[in-house]
Amino acid sequence: MATMPASASDLLKSFKLKTKQQELLIRVSILCLVYILAFITRLFSVLRYESMIHEFDPYFNYRTTLYLTENGFYDFWNWFDYESWYPLGRIVGGTLYPGLMVTAVLIYRILRFLRFAVHIREVCVLTAPFFASNTTLVAYFFGKEIWDSGAGLVAAILIAVCPGYISRSVAGSYDNEGVAIFALLFTFYVFVKAVNTGSLAWSLASAFGYFYMVSAWGGYVFIINLIPLYVLVLLITGRYSMRLYVAYNCMYILGMLLAMQIRFVGFQHVQSGEHMAAMGVFFLMQVFYFLDWVKHMLSDTKLFQAFLRITVTSAVAVGGIALGLGMVSGYISPWTGRFYSLLDPTYAKDHIPIIASVSEHQPTAWSSFMFDFHILLFLFPAGLYFCFKRLSDATIFIVMYGLTSMYFAGVMVRLILVATPAVCLISAIAVSTTVKNLTVLLRSKNKVVQTGSTKGSGGSKSSSKALLDQSQPFQKNGAIALLFGAFYLLSRYATHCTWVTSEAYSSPSIVLAARGAHGNRVIFDDYREAYFWLRQNTPQDAKVMSWWDYGYQITAMGNRTVIVDNNTWNNTHIATVGRAMSSYEDEAIEIIRSLDVDYVLVVFGGVTGYSSDDINKFLWMVRIGGGVFPVIKEPDYLVNGEYRVDKGAAPKMLNCLMYKLCYYRFGEMMTEYGKPPGYDRARGVEIGNKDVKLEHLEEAFTTSNWIVRIYRVKPANNRW
Amino acid sequence: MEAPIRAREALGFILFSLLFSICRSSSLNHLLISNAERRIDLSSHIVKVYLTLKVENAGSTPTSEVFLSFPPTQVDHLATVEALVTKGKRKKTTLVRLDVKPTELPDAPNDAKYFAIYLENPLKSGESTTLEVLYLLTHSQEPFPAEIAQSESQLVYYRDSALILSPYHIKQQTTFIKTPSTKVESFTRVEPSNRAGTEIKYGPYEDHPPYSFSPILIHFENNSPFAVVEELVREVEISHWGNLQVTEQYTLVHAGARHKGVFSRVDFQSRPTLNGASSLRYLLARLPPRVHSVYYRDEIGNISSSHLRTDSRKSELEIEPRYPLFGGWKATFVIGYGLPLQDFLFETSDDRRYLNFTFGCPLLETVVDKLTIKVVLPEGSKDPSAVVPFPVEQHLETKYSYLDVVGRTVVVMEKKNLVPTHNSHFQVYYTFKPIFMLAEPLMLASAFFLFFVACVAYLHIDLSIRK
Repeated sequence: MATMPASASDLLKSFKLKTKQQELLIRVSILCLVYILAFITRLFSVLRYESMIHEFDPYFNYRTTLYLTENGFYDFWNWFDYESWYPLGRIVGGTLYPGLMVTAVLIYRILRFLRFAVHIREVCVLTAPFFASNTTLVAYFFGKEIWDSGAGLVAAILIAVCPGYISRSVAGSYDNEGVAIFALLFTFYVFVKAVNTGSLAWSLASAFGYFYMVSAWGGYVFIINLIPLYVLVLLITGRYSMRLYVAYNCMYILGMLLAMQIRFVGFQHVQSGEHMAAMGVFFLMQVFYFLDWVKHMLSDTKLFQAFLRITVTSAVAVGGIALGLGMVSGYISPWTGRFYSLLDPTYAKDHIPIIASVSEHQPTAWSSFMFDFHILLFLFPAGLYFCFKRLSDATIFIVMYGLTSMYFAGVMVRLILVATPAVCLISAIAVSTTVKNLTVLLRSKNKVVQTGSTKGSGGSKSSSKALLDQSQPFQKNGAIALLFGAFYLLSRYATHCTWVTSEAYSSPSIVLAARGAHGNRVIFDDYREAYFWLRQNTPQDAKVMSWWDYGYQITAMGNRTVIVDNNTWNNTHIATVGRAMSSYEDEAIEIIRSLDVDYVLVVFGGVTGYSSDDINKFLWMVRIGGGVFPVIKEPDYLVNGEYRVDKGAAPKMLNCLMYKLCYYRFGEMMTEYGKPPGYDRARGVEIGNKDVKLEHLEEAFTTSNWIVRIYRVKPANNRW
Repeated sequence: MEAPIRAREALGFILFSLLFSICRSSSLNHLLISNAERRIDLSSHIVKVYLTLKVENAGSTPTSEVFLSFPPTQVDHLATVEALVTKGKRKKTTLVRLDVKPTELPDAPNDAKYFAIYLENPLKSGESTTLEVLYLLTHSQEPFPAEIAQSESQLVYYRDSALILSPYHIKQQTTFIKTPSTKVESFTRVEPSNRAGTEIKYGPYEDHPPYSFSPILIHFENNSPFAVVEELVREVEISHWGNLQVTEQYTLVHAGARHKGVFSRVDFQSRPTLNGASSLRYLLARLPPRVHSVYYRDEIGNISSSHLRTDSRKSELEIEPRYPLFGGWKATFVIGYGLPLQDFLFETSDDRRYLNFTFGCPLLETVVDKLTIKVVLPEGSKDPSAVVPFPVEQHLETKYSYLDVVGRTVVVMEKKNLVPTHNSHFQVYYTFKPIFMLAEPLMLASAFFLFFVACVAYLHIDLSIRK
């Protein structure tokens, strides 16, 4: 009996964790919590609205995913879609990045195999949050690789709630970016790991990560340019090593071969201008290796210098000539407009209105940086400072990633997304190092005080130590204050992120919510009302003409053929629609008949005050239409350089098709108390042409809040 | 207004003075109807006909079968036939339901179809009894004009006979036809006939031989929405954990006059009574009490325009389709709800369980062209059998739901042409051992257990490598 307590305490002792195990436990539980947090913070949209696909492009992705589940991979790969770009059609299999759909279907199949009877829509809705959770794990490992596990943890926490990332990965935002950011960060992490270790296995993994990225998003171009740039910087700074050689060559060659398997990329990977940097650096690496070998063989430095000069000159000359020949012969295609507009932000504005018309291609405003990054914006430079203080191959990489992506984020709003992981990682380094330094300061002082008190003042110490001892109280207080400051900032960050997620980034934009007069929530579900009407009550083969923004939604929800959609591959076709919309009705009807259109759909916010409607987008229809058809002249629609819809509007504006379709019988409508009939609430004016007569079109359907209006094209009159 | 058409269907008075073959079953010969009254209610798109027949046995042998006959065009639209007999005297009368079955008779003139009413006690010679017959017709009002514009009201034709089609001699008969409004464009006159308010009276007619027929055509306004569910699939899933999940998939169509031309929202919003009078704006579904987690959605997501009112006896779900349904417009949607299991699942004395649930469609005043009920029994249940008060097609299926290994047995019942009177109860009997309820939780628990074991194993292996 007496021995029992002893053995019990032994047992307890054996259960007690060692410090290392404790640390592991805490780390794993933090990671698990972050993983869950990253997922559930993205579910605001489901709670506020419903489990649905958001916005525009996700509807195309959802439609293709449905096709993939129903018809299998080979049919999907060879899918020619008759329902869009009528009468041209679209080779879907060859013009999309299939990574997202394949991933979703794979998850769906696995769940089905495990007997979870989920619908593919639920899988699609939750794909982005799931990958966001995975991204936090990658961020942890990446942070651990470039700094330490503390920085990794902080990075995971920061990226889990960072609004810049959440904006594209809430539940329902079933877009390429959702999985691509995971793939991007994973590729970078594995590549850095490969550079650090020189391991063939890791560089193989990075090649596969790159392959996944290529299959998922067009943003892979960023990887294939950033990595060569990084290698080049390492070469210039004299950090060339065998590790780098192995990592880059394996990644480039295998990654290239794998990327070429994606039909949409194919031979572009070796032929297009955007990919040439990677190839150039690859050859440069070989030259470097060769020179290294020659240097090793030649003992004479003078001879080597001469040899170096000749080799470098000839290599550069050969490269230049090859590039020039390729360009001239057309073997190497020039850069695309989108790539140009990245390097020169004013390019698209002047040359390609269709790129400039997309709101997410606009240059970023300061406010949206602040909105998306919050305190990270201030932590980022601090993190850069720490990185420069402890330069290594890995920190050079993260610095370059951060700086280049920040530049791109400034050029285009949507590229904030690409910069987010880098900003989070670098900020995490700043936070982690600061907190670590402060806590070390606090702890070490305690020890000193303790030792001081035990040993008394008998010990002989150096003057510097004495000085340090003297400044202890201030330092300690300062450190505590700073720590509290840091935690205050971080808590502000967390609140900000939650607020932004719930208020700004969780709207599906299909369903609009507003506050009613009594503070109640009013739902405008007009888009789906119209699309469902199209789906149920028009002939199966009806063709619907609308501005390209709504193309994907009409095909996915309305299940009808559209003339143009969000895949803006054919500028002329879009310009034709723009021209029809901005012509007089009798001119437009010619175009409409020639395109075999049965229904015309416009989006109109005059009744509800919904501002992103077709009248506000009208300037782009005119510009894009006018870009191809010089008949359309923008000044015809302008009064003093302004688009107006009231009495002072240009006569052409008041009589063009778009105006007529939007304001047909709107003049009889009382929209707001105390305002004349025909008062447009979106623009706050009384419309200028209240007596709109339609000759060749008739109203087929208008939704309950007038947001979507659909017109039927009347059959041509008999000649007799 | 009252323009009796004599010439439109210039058929006049057609009398099927029909040949009686001697070999016809004897019951036909000696029964006669001394008085018949028919009331046809046309106020909604479901035609309700109440027939009061005073049947007399003029023959010598007692008989227990009374035949009703219908023209073949009506039989196709005939949803249900019920017969009742009054019992008792004066104030203590009770109505007793009688069996009605479709039958065939040899030598039916012009493909007339028959239903036999089986009397409880054979009618002896010289005796008489009063039968109350109710039958409902669907798709029997033909819109004319077939296409109307938004501001027009819906006019329909109703065709029938002024004389009751019967295999028996009818001594005296009267027909009353009730129209939904006073607006009647025209009706066929068969003297004596007259119209007062919303009622048209045909008769009384005296002494008409068997199979007398006199076609009439009534053209009147009927703005009640013609809500027809072309297909309804109801899935009732039983979970022994206490929930009954019902999912109903509707394909709704407005079967009235087709909408033609423009749909103007301005007119529809500002003058709703004049514009789109016949449009279908909302539907009312009557659900069982204690309903919970109700949803209303379609292929592209939730439909936010619905209201649920619950009290202790019933729940009412008012649903609006995404858009008002005009003639010919369609809408598909799904309604789902959960119900407490103890209200619907019972045990028999021999340890079997049975589900007691309503058969028809919960929407009021709708016709269902095709109804499929799927009762998904829990995994592991055996010997299913269904008891339905009317003939249905039945078969079994297997369904895989969450964590199912062998699949769930599904009892599928199909019936065509349903009206709200079909909302009677049916039963599905099956045997089920409660131990099967634990299968899925155990599976999940063991999966998690294995996962943790794997983690522990991995960690230990990991540590051993580090050392």
